[in-house]
Amino acid sequence: MKVIYADNNATTQVAPEVLEEMLPYFHDLYGNPSSMHSFGGQVAQKLKEAREKAGNLIGAAPDEILFTSCGTESDSTAIQAAIVSHPDKKHIITTRVEHPAVKNLCEYLEKNGYRVTFLPVDRQGRLNPEDLYKSLSKDTAIVSIMWANNETGVIFPIEEIAQIVTQSGVVFHTDAVQAVGKIPIDVQKIPVDMLSLSGHKIHAPKGVAALYVRKGTKFMPFLIGGHQERGRRGGTENVASIIGLGKACELAGEHIKEENKRVRYLRDKLENEMLKRVPNAMVNGDREHRLPNTTSISFEYVEGEAILLMMNEFGICASSGSACTSGSLEPSHVLRAMGVPFTAAHGSIRFSLSVYHTEEEIDFIIEELPPIIERLRELSPYWDHSKMAAASQ
Amino acid sequence: MWDYTDKVVDHFLHPRNVGEVENPDGIGEEGSLACGDALKLTFKLDENNRIKDAKFQTFGCASAIASSSALTEIIKGMTLEEAQKVTNEDIARYLGGLPKEKMHCSVMGRDALEKAISYYRGEAEKEIEGEIVCECFGVTDVEIERAVRESNLTTVEDVTDYTKAGGGCESCHDKIQEIIDEVHGKPHVVRLKPAGLTNIQKIKLIEQTLEREIKPSLKQDGGDIELIDVDGNTVIVKLQGTCATCVASQVTLKHYVEAKLRELVTPELVVKEVQS
Repeated sequence: MKVIYADNNATTQVAPEVLEEMLPYFHDLYGNPSSMHSFGGQVAQKLKEAREKAGNLIGAAPDEILFTSCGTESDSTAIQAAIVSHPDKKHIITTRVEHPAVKNLCEYLEKNGYRVTFLPVDRQGRLNPEDLYKSLSKDTAIVSIMWANNETGVIFPIEEIAQIVTQSGVVFHTDAVQAVGKIPIDVQKIPVDMLSLSGHKIHAPKGVAALYVRKGTKFMPFLIGGHQERGRRGGTENVASIIGLGKACELAGEHIKEENKRVRYLRDKLENEMLKRVPNAMVNGDREHRLPNTTSISFEYVEGEAILLMMNEFGICASSGSACTSGSLEPSHVLRAMGVPFTAAHGSIRFSLSVYHTEEEIDFIIEELPPIIERLRELSPYWDHSKMAAASQ
Repeated sequence: MWDYTDKVVDHFLHPRNVGEVENPDGIGEEGSLACGDALKLTFKLDENNRIKDAKFQTFGCASAIASSSALTEIIKGMTLEEAQKVTNEDIARYLGGLPKEKMHCSVMGRDALEKAISYYRGEAEKEIEGEIVCECFGVTDVEIERAVRESNLTTVEDVTDYTKAGGGCESCHDKIQEIIDEVHGKPHVVRLKPAGLTNIQKIKLIEQTLEREIKPSLKQDGGDIELIDVDGNTVIVKLQGTCATCVASQVTLKHYVEAKLRELVTPELVVKEVQS
């Protein structure tokens, strides 16, 4: 069965060009970039190129790029660096809809002596910058706010937020793991102090990521060890993967127009057709300010895991914010923070596309999904009532 | 991805007995939209009072749908007396097992069946028994206790898997642990600060400590102890069984009984043996 992979916010396929670039560094060119001999030295040269490519994608200088092992490590490094460098400040500002990499760390710090402000979002998943400005204080060590939300794709006004936060002298970090490669980002224009990006969301392999640290930002290493990464992150470099990440960043830069045109078109087509063909369906999140590849659609009165498993029978891969898919008993914290009613939160499905999709694939989803929803609604004890409610309106 | 058995997948993709029985004899509804799963079970009896037909409607995940489908297959042909004995474990077994985290789906099936039988018998909708322990999912102490007893659950996590209790804000975890301890007969002596003890509380606590902590261990050696009186901070007891004749009984009294009571009730206590 052909797999239609529409879950690219979870992870992506490694681009063939990326894999090709990486392969020699597993067996032929396996040297350690820290070595004095030229066998290792030539690898160091490749790392330098990768650092430049990663920097180029976001407008950063190469020495502002720090390679890490995953998005979570980048986020943890940024937040812990800020609080360790400002030991007298005991306040952190973030949002209620962050990825667990930031959310759970902040909750942990909250239990360990920090005051944390979790900013709310509105029904469309939007942040009110006023709330942020009011929370800033002399005690604030760091503000960490995601660039775009992984579940809904909603983009926060990072330019405006970053300016206000950094003007008030507070460190600003953004988890841009979902935004990088999907929308243009330029840290020369937007004054973020630190920015996390992850390889496997942009067609590099899993296990490699980066943290941008603006020159002059106070920093403390998270992994203490050797002199690698200019002493900012100990541990022998994940050479092949870093080279892959460099190539992926280069490709992402080339694909960003297509992402915002063709991928956006496919996403909009999928979304609009679903709303047209399936009654009691709705889109979660601000449709105006959204990543071009992401849609979160709620199908009322059916449950997300059941939808996913039925789609699985057709080879369609997506994800859900329902309780059952996570193993927890409550639907996603993002949808709850937005106040999405339970009827809809349990039946939410996220599609996240990539440049590798064909229109035929999207058409296949459009054909196959509505009957799945209908089938599950026929099983649902609530469906008749709501149909009647809709008819009586 | 959940590790579902082929049977679960089969009952999910090809659910049996979907819908509502016409003119049902029994109707049972369990769960809610807010909770993420809900089941409506209907059945019809034949002239011999056996379940002739049973149907379900379910909102929920794959295992909720499969559990409902399995339930209808299990109870068809049963008398009500037989159906009443169906447990959630029976439903899970029929499906070749459910992931631990999904056991609550089988509990929902059992609960809907009980409601449907009560409906047939004309029993009034049961008032919610007991006190709500888990506010997030509206689970009572009675329900938790039953699950702990019937499925021999030993951890809070187990209780969450089976009843959902404790799966939200987690603030009821201590209370759930207390229920588990109680069911499994573990001593659960409440420690109170001396200043907070009234006379009655003190006497009760002394009694509890004697019953749960001290008597069981004395009995292991064939002895026993009886509380005669509490006078201020003096606890008067009578040693029985082998203790009554044991030469070391005074050691037991001071070093074990008194020490234990001081530890768990209040440090001022003095234990004396009754003068006969």
